[in-house]
Amino acid sequence: MSLWLPRWPTDRLRRAAARADRVDPQPRSPSPCPLPERRGFERKRGGGGGKASEGESPLVTAVTIGSRRLVAAANDAALAVGIVPGLPLADAQAFLPGLAVRAADAPGDAAALRRLAEWCGRWSPWTAPDGLDGIVFDITGCAHLRGGESRLAAEILGRIAGEGYAARAAIADTVGAAWALARFGKAGRGPVIVPPGGTRAALEPLPVAALRLPAEMAAGLERLGLKRIADLCAMPRGALAERFGPALAERLDQALGAAGEPVSPLRSVPARRARLAFAEPIATAEDLARACRHLVAELCRGLAAEGTGARRLELACYRVDGAVERAAIGTARASRDARHLTRLLEEKLAAIDPDLGIEAMVLAAPVAEPLRAAQLSLSRLREREGTHAKHGEGEGMGQLAPGAKPSPRSSPVNGRGGMVAADDAELAALLDRLGNRLGLANLRRLEPRASHWPERAVAVLPAAEKAPQDAASWPRDRLRPVRLLAPPEPIEATAPVPDDPPILFRWRRRLHRVRRADGPERIAGEWWRRPSPATPDDIRDYYRVEDAEGRRFWLYRAGLYRPDRPARWFLHGLFA
Amino acid sequence: MPPATPDLASLRRRIQAIESGGGPAAVLPLGIAAVDAALPGGGLVLNGLHEIMGAGTDEEDGAVAAAFAAGLLARLARRRGAPILWCLAADDLYGPGLAAHGLMPDRLVLARCRNDGDILWAMEEGARSAVLAAVLGEIGLLAPTAGRRLQLAAEASGVTVIALRRWRSGELAARQREAPSPALTRWRIAALPSRDAAAPGIGTPLWRVELLRCRGGVPANWVMEEGDATGHVALAAALADGPAAPRRRAG
Repeated sequence: MSLWLPRWPTDRLRRAAARADRVDPQPRSPSPCPLPERRGFERKRGGGGGKASEGESPLVTAVTIGSRRLVAAANDAALAVGIVPGLPLADAQAFLPGLAVRAADAPGDAAALRRLAEWCGRWSPWTAPDGLDGIVFDITGCAHLRGGESRLAAEILGRIAGEGYAARAAIADTVGAAWALARFGKAGRGPVIVPPGGTRAALEPLPVAALRLPAEMAAGLERLGLKRIADLCAMPRGALAERFGPALAERLDQALGAAGEPVSPLRSVPARRARLAFAEPIATAEDLARACRHLVAELCRGLAAEGTGARRLELACYRVDGAVERAAIGTARASRDARHLTRLLEEKLAAIDPDLGIEAMVLAAPVAEPLRAAQLSLSRLREREGTHAKHGEGEGMGQLAPGAKPSPRSSPVNGRGGMVAADDAELAALLDRLGNRLGLANLRRLEPRASHWPERAVAVLPAAEKAPQDAASWPRDRLRPVRLLAPPEPIEATAPVPDDPPILFRWRRRLHRVRRADGPERIAGEWWRRPSPATPDDIRDYYRVEDAEGRRFWLYRAGLYRPDRPARWFLHGLFA
Repeated sequence: MPPATPDLASLRRRIQAIESGGGPAAVLPLGIAAVDAALPGGGLVLNGLHEIMGAGTDEEDGAVAAAFAAGLLARLARRRGAPILWCLAADDLYGPGLAAHGLMPDRLVLARCRNDGDILWAMEEGARSAVLAAVLGEIGLLAPTAGRRLQLAAEASGVTVIALRRWRSGELAARQREAPSPALTRWRIAALPSRDAAAPGIGTPLWRVELLRCRGGVPANWVMEEGDATGHVALAAALADGPAAPRRRAG
């Protein structure tokens, strides 16, 4: 389905002005359908042509191209007196001295169109902005939910017109045909709906410009007498391609359905989703939480049937005023434990602003992974018994077969494998709870790396990742500090003899007198990591020093000793 | 003659048993006879909140205190075979240094938090989850109610909770140092200058370990030397010739 918003830029301006004018709105009531911008515009089913209300003053937007100011868009009142886009602005103002002119805001228009397309996701998950003045929907499998294609299109047009935008819609087998019919179809009252298989017949009477051709190509075709799509269809294909290039033939094929045309949606559409629409918009926290529980339960049933668990859940709340509120949670490992996921999601609900109310919610699991049944049943079982299971005696009984229902008696002593899995699941649940408040990236695990360079001797990895077995080992000597400052902090140090440790240094405004020292330990960065013109900072001479109070520090001098320049000292770590 | 009066120590044990709600609490012996004798029950109570703080400038950096805590955590992790959650705001913990004090970072989960509020929240979440061996939080401001919540969570789950105090300003340190806390024990660890003046280099670290407060016990302090640099035993034997702990009563 294609939706065309012929007066998008001027409608946006008028709507913004209407919002600013509304000095004293009536008390906002959240029901039944409080579209605040409906004032003054009669709701037109089908919105044929998008006629504006009476008394509207002519309005154009202007764009500067080179040294010329041109009309970029015009509203109906301006169009009625012959002011069309592309006309020099001076001419337009000569036609109509009282013409209101605004600067065109192409990025703003595009962004607003994107938002509108996103909001349209409530009717079909597969929506995208189409050019600068349209939205394309893939309504395959969506129409029957709204009582058929015509009712769906009428509903969409009604809502869009209610928002104050002129709109036309067409439903056809192909994107190209829907585009053509929305813009060039008969300006009837309702949406143009082409029955399946009727694409060719519907397209043939339309002008060639309906094929989404560049303006000059369309003009060229018309000069040759090829005014209608029917004329093109009658031409031999080879001659067309030779004369006008492959683009024309491709557009024709796309419109007629002979060539495929993928629509890329605004957001990738997850296959696993649950949807809930409300007869009355909801706004209270309890209602939101209840809806969430319902959605999670439904999604988890789907995941269980499929044998997968979610790694990420995204909740979209469609508000009555056309905004979409979103919340997302991630899990450290796949889960379809409804209680756990609901708990995670509920912590995010506070951030959702229902404003006037939410009329639909969609919960999707964009990332899911295979999840065996046994893990779930064991952790559930432990939860139910409320006891902390002890390690069983039996070794190697392992997990239950997927799908097997454990009897409450047999599983707590089900061998270590099962218990470890349950422990892992519990740890994963803890990590999820922590990660969704702190950010999963802030849960880390340290892993040793074979490098002498202190910053590279430790890798910081996400905590949820499994530790590999063949990691480098941790050092057991006390040559490395407990705390490592990142970055190293410059200090003022006094070292009377070039390669000796300092006798005095000042760190964070405090003077430390060095009593004992070990070193130097020269550490050079790996040659393959150094920048190609070697910098002196690739070599550090480290000293472990103890001050008069007994505190121990890790200091280094950057670079080799050079008599002609002062040494640069840094404090890098603190020993215990 | 009345029957033999029960001696003070056994009476104290009975009171403690009543306080802890039943049988004697599970404890973690530190493996140093002098210290274990000072702790009621013969070790650190497992399901409880313990506070560790540094001294002097280490109140801000917490390096010595962290090393002491790492030694305790290493024992806890070995005993329970479970992971440890370490919540921190400053990203300056260094894995090789922890390993040097006996705590292998393999089973350590670091939670990086934005502020004290998040750290408290993360500690409490961890303390409620019986899957952990222990939770440590590097925390500045610890309100009495927050400490009480941690203590209750630890009692319920059996997870040992350690509050490693790190104060960012002298004013906060002054206020918090003496503030009452619901923790079962409060330790202060300070670095001491190395003993052997003749030996070259910096030698083995020497700490003054003060048990400032201990529920059911009496304050005490020791000088400790970390025994061997490579071993798992992180807490060293109390020095035979070190200054004796000023112990007023037998505990």
